[in-house]
Parts: sequence; structure tokens; C-alpha cells
Amino acid sequence: MSKEIIKIQDLKREFTMGNETVHALRGISFTIKEGEFVTIMGSSGSGKSTMLNILGCLDQPTSGTYEIDGVSMKDLSRNQLATIRNEKIGFIFQSYNLLARTSAIENVELPLLYNSAVSNEERRERAIHALQMVGLGERLFHTPSQLSGGQQQRVAIARSLVNNPVMILADEATGNLDTRTSYEIMSLFQDLNSQGITITFVTHEPDIATFSNRTIVLKDGNIIQDYKNNNIQSAAAELAKLPQQDH
Amino acid sequence: MRILNLLKIAYKAIVLNKVRTLLTMLGIIIGVASVIAMLAIGEGSKESIRSTISSMGSNMITIRPGTDDRGPARGSGGDVQTLTLKNYDVIKEKSTLLSYITPVVNGGGQVISGANNWPSTIYGVNPQYLDIKVVGLQSGSMFTDAEVKSASKVVVLGQTVVDNVFPDGQDPVGQMIRFDNIPFKVIGVLEEKGENTFGQDQDDVVIAPYTTVQKRILAIDYLNQIMASAVSEDDAPDAVIEVSDILRSEHKLMDNEDDDFSVRSMEELISTFSSTSEMLTVLLVAVASISLLIGGIGIMNIMYVSVKERTKEIGLRMAVGGKGSDILMQFLIEAVLISITGGIIGVILGLGATVFIEKFLHWPTSVAMYSIIISFAVCAVTGIFFGWYPARKASALDPITALRYE
Ligand SMILES: Nc1ncnc2c1ncn2[C@@H]1O[C@H](COP(=O)(O)OP(=O)(O)OP(=O)(O)O)[C@@H](O)[C@H]1O
Ligand SMILES: [Mg+2]
Repeated sequence: MSKEIIKIQDLKREFTMGNETVHALRGISFTIKEGEFVTIMGSSGSGKSTMLNILGCLDQPTSGTYEIDGVSMKDLSRNQLATIRNEKIGFIFQSYNLLARTSAIENVELPLLYNSAVSNEERRERAIHALQMVGLGERLFHTPSQLSGGQQQRVAIARSLVNNPVMILADEATGNLDTRTSYEIMSLFQDLNSQGITITFVTHEPDIATFSNRTIVLKDGNIIQDYKNNNIQSAAAELAKLPQQDH
Repeated sequence: MRILNLLKIAYKAIVLNKVRTLLTMLGIIIGVASVIAMLAIGEGSKESIRSTISSMGSNMITIRPGTDDRGPARGSGGDVQTLTLKNYDVIKEKSTLLSYITPVVNGGGQVISGANNWPSTIYGVNPQYLDIKVVGLQSGSMFTDAEVKSASKVVVLGQTVVDNVFPDGQDPVGQMIRFDNIPFKVIGVLEEKGENTFGQDQDDVVIAPYTTVQKRILAIDYLNQIMASAVSEDDAPDAVIEVSDILRSEHKLMDNEDDDFSVRSMEELISTFSSTSEMLTVLLVAVASISLLIGGIGIMNIMYVSVKERTKEIGLRMAVGGKGSDILMQFLIEAVLISITGGIIGVILGLGATVFIEKFLHWPTSVAMYSIIISFAVCAVTGIFFGWYPARKASALDPITALRYE
């Protein structure tokens, strides 16, 4: 039995705006084991991004605990959290968050700039490799404004892979991609997952969920469903089934 | 994180925002340059006044007829006739603090030699005049006391007069000239002194025995001035008091009557002028400080806004593992690079402006080291502080809050 990499308990997140309080998460608990591929589903505003931000150590819960590998995130300093984000987590933002007027390769290199163990040459090599994995090997020096929405999204995906994370947290990473490209990306994620990387994937699309081994459904800040997928589809196989692209 | 990486990031950010960087720098450049130039003007005028005055003889004491209305450049005593040769004799006899003393009578007229003529001023004095004015002869000799006594028709010329009356470059010593149609023999030429701070040509003079000028040219029996020299600069103020006392008793003035003459030392003149130039400097410094302040506010604004505007970027950098200290260092390096570069350009521009002012406006200037240091420091500190402060605030946010910042 593999160990628990993510463990949250009674996690609450409230946003106070004036005298109004938004309960984005109303006390959710679950554990994710190492090597799992989990999709998070739920309608818009159900708290998916809020939860993922907390899992990515980008935000702090109002109450409840969050442990990575048995270590409580509450007890860590800001610098220790930064190191975890830098070395353990690959985060893909719903809104990409690329640096404007900065080339794709430099955007992808960014996390490695903050890791002094990585040399200049290695940083460049790894960035090129990550961009090749998402099919942007030909677009290394394009800036975000010169890339399509889907290409920008793929740069963001490459950036999350470049530091060889132990877990990837993806917030609608295929939201802007056509079926073919999103299947390609899902196939990439399935590969990474088979290499032991834990993946938590927020999505709206039910067919994406069929590629994962577990689905958690949120509604109004509560978990309403959490089920294993006994019939995992192979994204590579689905990709092969798609009609040939027109050239 | 390696410092080299930080430098690279900061450099990229600067290059990415050329216009903004330039605007920030402009504030620094103008601030630094104006302070340096303004202070150079202030310092320069102060120094030039000081050096002119001391070259005029810092022990000098002047006694003029008429009541004391203080003003920088006054002509002769006009037609006030309260100063006489007898006064001169008494002062010479009774004073203990004077080393040299001469009566002075002066008047304007035409210097003529052959076909050349030149309007100038003749000063009737005794030989001690040279010691009082601290001026030597470049050729020939000064007239003697005997020549004064006999009212000889001999003159010593200033260089400007020589240049205009003997334009062919011949040696004037031994030549004859006419001053107001009275023939004089030139026996010497004064050393060149150039213009003084007040723009007066100190070489446009004709010196002759006072007896000759008094009797043969002006036909007066009073003196325009008495000039003297205190034994030392320190004794000058006491010498002024001493001379005043002698003259008051000589003029039989009652205690309640004002002086009908004025006695002033160079010391007083220096303090009068340095206080005006001090005021000028204060004024210039005030103007410079305002421009520095405005420059500082400009830097502050742009730095503050630019960091605010990059809150999202800060959030992203933190999200991918940048520590608060990395972010701060990045902005600090950026601010330092901008401030230092702007400061250096400002110093160069300020020095350039100073040279320009000196060369083309002919204002005396003197660049003070402290002005460079102060203006540079003010701009650098403003730039760095207002680059650092908002960055520190942003890096204290949770990454997601910074990312959400609009
Ligand atoms: N910073 C914030 N301040 C106030 N309210 C917030 C904030 N962030 C999220 N919320 C609220 O929390 C709730 C959950 O938002 P969240 O972004 O997690 O939804 P989501 O499930 O990701 O939706 P979507 O599918 O549209 O991305 C929403 O009602 C939202 O308005
Ligand atoms: Mg969302």
C-alpha cells in the first residue's frame, strides 16, 4: 500500500468582504495516495480553484489541517513553503499566469531560476525538453502575445513539469484546448502518472475524468461524491481513435 | 538564488520597461544635475569674490569724505570736501596701526600720445600706493617722494592704457603722453590685474603724484580719498576705529554728531560681499533642493507604481518558488541599477552644465564634492526606498493574493 501524499481534514476557507462572508470551502476532508490521478469536478463557483490553491501552498485555509507527506503545512515558514512549491509541486493556473513580453522558454525556466542546484545549462535543457513534451519545441522564443490561448496553456503546463515535481496540481489545464490537443496532454499526464507522479486535475469535462482513477465532486464547498474509476481509459488509445486531422 | 540570476532578472525587467526606466532616470538625472550646477554657481561666485577682494589687499583701509552710505561700488567722494591733506598728515602722524598711507585724488580725462587717445582715470597718490594695493611694476619705476614734493609731471600707466595709447607695441617707458593736454613722462607700467569681480578693469588707470594731479589737473585743495594699509589683517578693525577717532577730533565733531567721513576695512567689504553671495548660495540651494525634491517625488511615483503594477508578477514568482528575499533582492537590484545609472548620468550632465556656464556665460563656478555626494545620495536613497518598500509589501502577501491583485 502506497503512502498518503496529501491529507486534508475539515478544511474551511472563508472570504470576508465587508460584512459578507463567502464560504468557499465548508470543511472538506480527503487523502490522496502517492501515484493517484484524481480529477476534481463541480460546477462553477463550487470551490475547486480555492481548494487547489490551498493544496498548492499558495493560499492558507481559514481552518482545518493540510499535510504533505505527513508534514503539516501550518507549521512551515514562508520560506519553507516556497521551497516546497519550488521542488515538489507543479502548479498549472486556470489563467496560465505567464510573464508578459517574456519568451516561452524563459517562462518555463522561471521555477529553476529559484533553485540554485540547477546550473544555467541544465536549466535551459530542461526547459527545452518540457516545451517539447507539450509540443511547443518550435515555439521556444515566442512571447505569450505571439501564442494562441491553447499554446499559452501548454507553456504553463511545461512550466509545471520543468522542476520534476512529485505532484502536479492542474486547474483546468485543458480548458482551452481542442479535443485532440487535450487528449495529447492527458496522454502526457497519464505517462507522468505511470512514472509515479501524483496528479490532481480540476476539470469541467466528464470525458477527461475517465482518464483518471478517482473523481471527487464538489458542490457549494462540500464534497458530494468521491469515487474510484474502475474503467480507466487510455488517452493514447482515445487519441488514436480520433478521426485523422485535415491537413 | 544566485546573485548572477538576480542581476539577469533585474536587467531583463529594466530592458522590458525601457520607457518607464527612462522616466524614472530622468527624475534622478535632472535632480542630480541641477543640484550640482546650482551649487557650482553659488560656490564659484563666493570664491571669486573672496579672491578678488584679497587680491585687492586684505589689509586695505579706505577713508572717504561724506557720511557712510554703504554700497559696493562708489566713485569718489563727489564734491564733499571734508577730507584734506591736513587730515592725511594728522592720521599719518598719530596712527599706530597703519603701515602705509596715501592721499588719493582722481579725475577722468583723455590720455593722448601722437594720434592715439584713450579716456581713462588719473589717480594722484604717493609711492606707498603700490604697497597698499599690492601691485608691482612690470617695467620702469615708480615715482619717488621727491617727485611728489616737486609735483613732477611723471606717470605710471596701467596695461589697458598702454595697449590703447601705444598700439604698436613700443616700450612706453621714457615716452611722453598728454593727460588733459598736460604733458607727462611715462616712467613705469603697472602689473596687469585684469577685471575685478564687479567688472571694473583694474588696468585702465594712470598713476601720478597727488601733488601734480591736485594742482595741475584738478585744481582742488581737498582729497577724494585716503587709502591706508593696516599693519596686519587682524589689526584692520582696530585701525578703522583709531582712524575714526583721529578724524572725529580733527573734524571737531560732537558726541551726538554723525561722522562726516567713512572708514572701511577690506574685512568689512569681504563680509558684505560674502553675505550677499551667501544669500545667493542659499537661494540656489533652495531652488536645487526643490528640484531634487520634485525629482525624488517623480522617482517615488514611478517606482511605487511600477512595483504595484508588477504585484501579479511578484505573485507568480513566489508561486513557482521565489522566496520573499529573492523578490526583494530583485527589486532592490533593479532600483539600485536605475538610481546609480541615473545618478552617474546626472553627475556627468551637471558637470557638463557647469563647464557650459563657465565657458559661455562666464560665470565663475566651482564644483563642490559634497554637492555630488548629497544629490547622488538623495536620489539613490529615494529610488531604492521606493523600489524596495512596495516590493516588500507585495512579497509579504500570500502568492495567490498577489496573483489576484488588479
Ligand atoms: N479572493 C476571493 N475573494 C472573495 N471570494 C472568493 C475569492 N476567491 C474565490 N471566491 C469565492 O469562492 C467561491 C469559489 O470560488 P472558486 O474560484 O474556488 O470556484 P471554482 O470552483 O474554481 O469555479 P470555476 O469552475 O468557475 O473556476 C466563489 O463563490 C468565489 O466567488
Ligand atoms: Mg476555478
